[in-house]
Amino acid sequence: MHIKPMFCLGLCLLTLLSANAWSEKILHEQRSLHSRLIVKQIGSDICLQFNIRKNQRNQSCINTKHPKRMVFSYTRMSMASLLFTPNPESVLVIGLGGGTIPIAFHELFPTAHIDAVEIDPAVVEVAKKYFGLNTSAQFTVHIQDARVWTKRAQRALRKYDIIILDAFNGEYIPEHLMTQEFLQEIQSLLSKRGVLVANTFAISELYHHESATYASVYGSFFNFRVAQSANRVVIAPVVSVDDETILSRAKQIKAMLKPYAIPITGYAKTLVRTRNRNPDWQQDARILTDQFSPANLLQR
Amino acid sequence: MSFELLGGRVMAPYFGSSIHVWGSIISVFMFSLAIGYLIGGKLSVSKPNAQRFGFIFLLSAILLYPLVLFAEPAMLWIFDRVEDPRYGSLLAASFLFMIPTIILGMISPYSVRLLVRSVEHSGQVAGRLYFASTLGSALGTLATSFYLVLWLEVNEILALLSGTLVVMFVIATLSHRYFEKQHIAANKN
Repeated sequence: MHIKPMFCLGLCLLTLLSANAWSEKILHEQRSLHSRLIVKQIGSDICLQFNIRKNQRNQSCINTKHPKRMVFSYTRMSMASLLFTPNPESVLVIGLGGGTIPIAFHELFPTAHIDAVEIDPAVVEVAKKYFGLNTSAQFTVHIQDARVWTKRAQRALRKYDIIILDAFNGEYIPEHLMTQEFLQEIQSLLSKRGVLVANTFAISELYHHESATYASVYGSFFNFRVAQSANRVVIAPVVSVDDETILSRAKQIKAMLKPYAIPITGYAKTLVRTRNRNPDWQQDARILTDQFSPANLLQR
Repeated sequence: MSFELLGGRVMAPYFGSSIHVWGSIISVFMFSLAIGYLIGGKLSVSKPNAQRFGFIFLLSAILLYPLVLFAEPAMLWIFDRVEDPRYGSLLAASFLFMIPTIILGMISPYSVRLLVRSVEHSGQVAGRLYFASTLGSALGTLATSFYLVLWLEVNEILALLSGTLVVMFVIATLSHRYFEKQHIAANKN
C-alpha cells in the first residue's frame, strides 16, 4: 500500500534531477517469455522496466552522460561488499537486469572471474544493446533459472568471493529464490573470505519473514539501509571484519569507486554504526522454506 | 488440480519455475488422466459397486504419499543425470505424479457407471459429474493457491489431500454397506 507513493517519489525525484526533466521515450518494448520488457529514455537516463503499469519501478538505469555513475542506491550499496573482500577473484551475480553490477565489477577487476545468471535471454539482449554489457572470457552470463544454476554450481564445488542476489521479476523476488534452502545453497558457494550481498525491499510484511530467513542461515548480518530508500541490502561476510578494517578499506578504495558515485566512506560509517543494532524485524516471523514460501502473498 | 499446483512447488528447487517446468507437469497430468480414464472405464464394466469405487480413492491416497517421502532423493537423482531442465523436469514429473494421477483419473468414468440408471439420462449424469468435478478442481485450485499455502507446508497440504481421499474411501464403503442392507431388505419384502 505504501509502495506506490514511495516509488512515485523516487521516480519523480529521479526525473527532476535529470536534465531534460519530462522527456520520456520508449526505445524498446518486448514481451518475453518471462516478463514484459520496456526500455525507456527518461531525460538523460536509459531505464529497463519489467512491466507497463503506472509507477512501475525501474529495474536498471544507466546515465548516458556518465555511464559509470550508478543511478540506484541499491546498486551503489551492493558495492559495499568490497569493504569485506577488497580484491575479489570471483564474483557471482544472480539476476542480470541491465547488468550494472557485474559490469562495474568487470571494469574494476578485469582479471576476476565473473558469472552472472539470468533466466531471460531477452534481458541479456537488452543489456547488450542498451546497457553496455560485453561478455568475455572472464565475464560470462548464464541463461538459466538461478536455482537450477546454483544447484549445479554447488555440485561442481564452485566458490565465489562475492555473491550478489539481485533476481527480481515484475513483482518481487521469485519465491524459490527466497527460501532457507536456497540461501543455504548460496552459502555453500561462498569462499572462505566470501561475502553475500542481497538486495531486498523493506516495505512489507515480507521484510520480517525474509529477515528471519536470512538470520536462520547467516546468523547476524549487516542490515544495510540508507535514508530515503526502500531498499535494504543484506551483507553477510563469512569471516567477521572489524570496524577499523572496514573504515580503512573505505579510504583505500574511495578513489577507485568515485566514477561510480559510490559514497563508500559514508557506507563504511553506516555499517559500523549498524553492526550492533538490534534487529528491527519480528524475530519470531515464520521462516520461508521450500515447503512454506507464499512469499509474494505476504507482500501486502 | 491442487495436487498439480503443489507439483510446481515440489519441483521448483530442482528445476526452477520456468514455463517448461509447468509444461512438464501439465502434460504429465493430462497424459496420466487419459490413461486413468481408459482404465477406470474398463474396470467399471465388471461388477461395479461403491466398495470397489472406494478402493480407487484408498489406492490414490496411498500412492500420493511416496511424493512426501521420496520426492527429494528422486529429484536429486534425476538432477544429477539429466542436464537439460526440460527433460529433467519431464522425467521428474512423470516419476512423481504419474501413478497417483492415473488412479485419480479412474474415478470419473467409474462414477458415471455407478450413477447412470438409464441411457436417456446418461448425458445428464455425465454433465453433472463434469460439473461437480470441474467445479471442485476450480475451488481446490483457489483454496490451495490463495490460502492453504499461507497456512501449511507443501507436505502438509499433500497429507491433507491424501486424508481427504481416505475420507472419500470411508464414505464410499459406508454407502456401499447401506445400499447392500437396503438391497437385502428390499429383497426380503
